[in-house]
Amino acid sequence: MNANKAAGRVVPTLYIIFLLLPIYWLVNMSFKTTNEILGSFTLYPQEFTLDNYITIFTDPTWYMGYVNSIAYVTLNTAISVAVALPAAYAFSRYRFIGDKHLFFWLLTNRMAPPAVFALPFFQLYSAVGLFDTHIAVALAHTLFNIPLAVWILEGFMSGVPRELDETAYVDGHGFWSFFLKIFVPTIAAGIGVAAFFCFMFSWVELLLAKTLTAVDAKPIAATMTKTASSSGYELGLLAAAGTLTIIPGAFVIYFVRNYIAKGFALGRV
Amino acid sequence: MNKLQNNKAWLFVLPVFALVAFNAIIPLMTVVNYSVQETFGNNEFFWAGVMWFEEILNSERFHASLGRQAIFTASILAIEMPLGVAIALTMPRKGPWVSVCLVLMALPLLIPWNVVGAMWNIFALPDIGFLGYTLNSLGIDFNFTRQPEDAWFTLILMDVWHWTSLVVLLAYAGLSSIPDAYYQAAKIDGAGSWAIFRYIQLPKLRRVLTIAFLLRFMDSFMIYTEPFVLTGGGPGNSTTLLSIDLVKIALGQFDLGPAAAMSLIYFLIILLLSWVFYTVMTRNEEQ
Repeated sequence: MNANKAAGRVVPTLYIIFLLLPIYWLVNMSFKTTNEILGSFTLYPQEFTLDNYITIFTDPTWYMGYVNSIAYVTLNTAISVAVALPAAYAFSRYRFIGDKHLFFWLLTNRMAPPAVFALPFFQLYSAVGLFDTHIAVALAHTLFNIPLAVWILEGFMSGVPRELDETAYVDGHGFWSFFLKIFVPTIAAGIGVAAFFCFMFSWVELLLAKTLTAVDAKPIAATMTKTASSSGYELGLLAAAGTLTIIPGAFVIYFVRNYIAKGFALGRV
Repeated sequence: MNKLQNNKAWLFVLPVFALVAFNAIIPLMTVVNYSVQETFGNNEFFWAGVMWFEEILNSERFHASLGRQAIFTASILAIEMPLGVAIALTMPRKGPWVSVCLVLMALPLLIPWNVVGAMWNIFALPDIGFLGYTLNSLGIDFNFTRQPEDAWFTLILMDVWHWTSLVVLLAYAGLSSIPDAYYQAAKIDGAGSWAIFRYIQLPKLRRVLTIAFLLRFMDSFMIYTEPFVLTGGGPGNSTTLLSIDLVKIALGQFDLGPAAAMSLIYFLIILLLSWVFYTVMTRNEEQ
């Protein structure tokens, strides 16, 4: 048992150190001048500078990137979870014509390489006049987030016994009153987990987001690639921008950590 | 659970169906359309039939990148799945460390993919990166921009760094859902930790591990941004995975026909393999 306990401390600790090393290197660079980064190998900043961060927070082409990204990611998460909720309920409670095929078809949309869809997406969203808007990226990202949200929510819902539904109807609840007042709070953990994964996959995706935007809705990740090519390699600035992209995600995981710690097995196993 | 037969359930699925269909079917048909035509510019298109499909399926270049893709996906699955489960098993179940572990472990998942590629590129550079510098000062000749083996090592290490946490989070959530009563019963029966893992924990993890496996399979098979930023497919073509090759054909050479045909073949391969995995992994559940 003692060996187990020791392993219980050593293994996660080593893993976390492995995870944090590249992140440390990024943060480390963000406080250096570009000259220092390129000039020598230093474990910590010799000439500590905040210039990189000041540039980002004072230049709208930089900070608007974060605003744009957060705007379409939030929209996407809200849309994905809102439409996935009733669908997942249908899959977990009812049999209907084509249900199994439909479920697998939904999953297939996660399997379409974004590299394949980039050009047709550009044509489609230009044709409907949504090019370079937040809603375009939010809608495009539902392609891979809705299937995932339905999948996760269906798992959670299958774990809730149907007696809950039936008791509510006996108590005189109509469907929507039951669904919104009783069912949704019951699977709050599932909604939290689904929202986390939607946020995550939308936040990190770049290819479609970059294809569908030009100026007004340009995501921060795209701002980084363009700046890199136009003014040479401003490594310090890029490192600072990269460091800042970690923060919104860290907030979100902080809010859902308890749902994950409490555990879920996704339905009856 | 016995499900009720009710076709009105379609109404609940309709919004999802409409949104996904809008995003999936129209672009997919556009790709199908390109894949059977030949263009010489000027928006003129000519029927080409299955010419592009035959060309791609017989091209050595496609076979080579498909092979590299298969090796990459198989390697990262073989490393990330067992490693993720092992780490989840050793994590604390209660106490303040749980939150700290979960938040820190989720960090790599939440970094935009091009930033992941860029930070690993710099991290592994032999002159200014921590990894490259350390390996070289230990006497190992490491340069991922010149030597294919080093590029592969960096690529796989980056993906393990990036995605093992997804397996950890899902496996950990699955483990936490096992009621204490199961462990007490096992203790009374005198079960060792291997027996507990084999007969209690592993069966309970089935669903979450199925999801983790399929997600990792699909996403690693489609990986583009990270290797593109890390190595650009090089040195030479040594790390040119399928999607990098695809984009090279589509954008670099303006060959819409072959690129579209390749996209469809690519999509069908993922679809077929996912279907096989999905069927095999959920088979016992139906009984």
